[in-house]
Amino acid sequence: MANYDEDAITMAVEAGMECILCSGVNREAIDGVYFASTSPTFKERSCAEIVATALDLRPDIYIADFTNTTKAGTTALLSAYNAVKAGSAQNILVCASECRSRIAKCGSSYEALFGDAAASVLIGRGDVVAEIKAFHSISYDFPDFWRTYRDDYERAWEDRFIREEAYLKFIPEAISAVLKKAELRPEDISRVCYPALFPREYMTIATNLGFKADQLQPSMLDTIGDTGSAWPIIMLIAALEEARPGDRILMASYGNGSDTILFEVTDGVERIRGKAKSVKSQIESKRYLDNYGKYLVFCEAIHVERGRRAEDTSLTPLTEQWRRRRAILAFVGTKCKKCGLPQFPPQKVCANPDCNAWDAMEPYRFSEKKGTLFSFTEDYLAFCYVPPAIYGIVDFDGGGRWIMDITDVEPGMCKVGMRVRPTFRRKVVDHERGIIIYSWKVTPRLAD
Amino acid sequence: MGSIKDKVAIIGMGCTRFGERWDASGQDLIIEAVKEALEDANVEIKDIDAAWLGVCFPRISLGLTGMPLSTALKLPFLPVTHVENLCATGTEAIRAAAYAIAAGTCEIALVVGVEKLKDLGYSGVPEVVSDDWCSKFYFSTIGPPGAFAQMATRYFAKYEIPPVKGKEILAKISVKSHEAGALNPKAHLRRRITIEEALKAPIIAWPLGLYDCCGVSDGAAAAILVPAEKAKEYREDPIYIKALQVAVSSGEELLYNWDGVHVESTVRAAQRAYREAGIKNPRKQLDLLELHDCFSITELVTYEDIGVSPRGRAGEDVMSGLFDLKGEIPCQSDGGLKCFGHPIGASGIRMMYEIYKQLQGKAGERQKQGRCELGLTHNLGGYPFRAIAAICILGAHRG
Repeated sequence: MANYDEDAITMAVEAGMECILCSGVNREAIDGVYFASTSPTFKERSCAEIVATALDLRPDIYIADFTNTTKAGTTALLSAYNAVKAGSAQNILVCASECRSRIAKCGSSYEALFGDAAASVLIGRGDVVAEIKAFHSISYDFPDFWRTYRDDYERAWEDRFIREEAYLKFIPEAISAVLKKAELRPEDISRVCYPALFPREYMTIATNLGFKADQLQPSMLDTIGDTGSAWPIIMLIAALEEARPGDRILMASYGNGSDTILFEVTDGVERIRGKAKSVKSQIESKRYLDNYGKYLVFCEAIHVERGRRAEDTSLTPLTEQWRRRRAILAFVGTKCKKCGLPQFPPQKVCANPDCNAWDAMEPYRFSEKKGTLFSFTEDYLAFCYVPPAIYGIVDFDGGGRWIMDITDVEPGMCKVGMRVRPTFRRKVVDHERGIIIYSWKVTPRLAD
Repeated sequence: MGSIKDKVAIIGMGCTRFGERWDASGQDLIIEAVKEALEDANVEIKDIDAAWLGVCFPRISLGLTGMPLSTALKLPFLPVTHVENLCATGTEAIRAAAYAIAAGTCEIALVVGVEKLKDLGYSGVPEVVSDDWCSKFYFSTIGPPGAFAQMATRYFAKYEIPPVKGKEILAKISVKSHEAGALNPKAHLRRRITIEEALKAPIIAWPLGLYDCCGVSDGAAAAILVPAEKAKEYREDPIYIKALQVAVSSGEELLYNWDGVHVESTVRAAQRAYREAGIKNPRKQLDLLELHDCFSITELVTYEDIGVSPRGRAGEDVMSGLFDLKGEIPCQSDGGLKCFGHPIGASGIRMMYEIYKQLQGKAGERQKQGRCELGLTHNLGGYPFRAIAAICILGAHRG
């Protein structure tokens, strides 16, 4: 599950950032962000745009929020493909991101099954990692899972009905159609990826279609869980991490039907191998939350005493947030053109006392810079949703420093000199006023 | 560069009991402190020409402008200025009044510092909602204990002091202050503590525990200032201002290469104050210290920042008893922020109150023996990496 300060948007930024850095594509060249989630943070306010701003992309791009079904991730991917194919865009970043643990009602079977994750792919032309060779989409208004505008938690009809009438029918229908379009047989496919809504039927689908057990991409149901719209794409990425040029990978989603896409891996896969944090390394870096009460707090499933200290957020100047969005959301500071000192927050007067130049700054992106912990404390007095508040001063590689909240740590874990990396998280959550402020913290997790 | 040395004298001071003054409003505290100051100076309220009111958080029960002061005392349409400089407010208010006296625009000035923190409704100091220099958008979820605690983390790391040993040094500082606080009827906290109690206390912000942090209190303190050459007309034993210096952070510490184990603002203010007062060797020349012990680590580092202890070795001076009540340079002989309490606007003036009484030989059981002519107050606002330091040096004699 996600940490308390994560959500679908923060994880999309994390995955999106990895994707951009791994691709080697310049951020200026990205023409769109498609965000897919059945658990978006906002019902109104584009999550895709928050992601785009955090990733410091241009404002003149296409953004879209895909939602309402666990098929939304692959739909976003296909839409990105269509836009690039039509020549409307050179590159579109697709982020499928879910925080499904928060829509599972306490005591429901989904509480055990739902997981939180995000996957990001960059769709574009030129030096690709895999080509999209064929695809097929089918849609049905099937009554399996739903939520109305009033519902906080997932609703579902009977398991057996879903399994027999939808799960066992839609994916095979779509996969068969793709194989037919591509004029291929099951043995021509290296890996087939689709969500394992039901573990046994997950195998049955493959067998019925003529695939062998070793062609089936591990579903990771028991390590990550049901991650909704992100699920098929995570499986695709896991498959790509092991793939060889020439491999054919079939990816099918499930949700109000199915999108199935056939990929053919190119030489490009070698170029990006090892450049992003692998699915495996992320699973291995997990920590356990062995306290159910804390789990409920993380999921915002129970009312928690915040204390009077937390009530004082009466003046959240959103004008400031707009004015400084590049600094707050994208973690972009300034670098002095005269003395070269990187500085955050953005300054108009250089902080180097031997320089102090006025208006000599250029933008400087701290979001990509790792750092070393200069000082820290574990504060039991300052407000924190999950106390103690752990924070410290970070010296960034390449220069510059700032005081940052340290997340993904518990008391006793921090040391002066520890390596950390910036991470995009929820900073302030005020449900009274519907204000959620995002900003950057640092984490030691996968920081080296 | 000009100097305030020997231009202004204090002829009267007052200080309320600090603590959880549920019984008193902000204006009640003002009246209590001013009453004592007027009696001490043997002047009447109608003699006052101008007044300065130091309050850090006027929104807690006091109100903006100088009006809380002028309406409480019924001052007859005098110039009354509200002064704020976070925890350095008290000294800053004195500085404003002193400069007016030295400029010859004012004959008798009244300065009052007051704070009603206990009307806040939760423990600790108020959450800052929206600030340009410590904006909630950019800063971590910071509070004063956490900000200063980081200096302790750095200090232990830089000077290779195991945290267990480091916490002992910090504990000794608080134990020392409690010894004095126990003897002071006006102090908020009057119980002696032991090193063991301090080490076992709950952690507030690691590595600082409960007894490493000053309390949150209500209180007020007042001072009456006149030109130095007129001081002897009022009393036999006026106390003279030898130096008053304020240094405000440029903001470079958090952006540049601060070492994490000193407060640059204190260093700069102290250097200028010694130059102003003509002090060449503070360790030898100063008789008393009132330092801003909001946290034990602040006091430890300040010994070094004001040039009394060598860098990295203040702990040795602490453990040797140099700063004890019976030591050579008593520090916090009234209990300090730690025990006397910290009603923010009043603290700087309360520090002067103790030095004032000590230099006049009126500190009773806590009186320093031996030479007692020169005292230094250090008042610090903000965070170690973004601070306002205000230093005042008081002397028993003119010249």
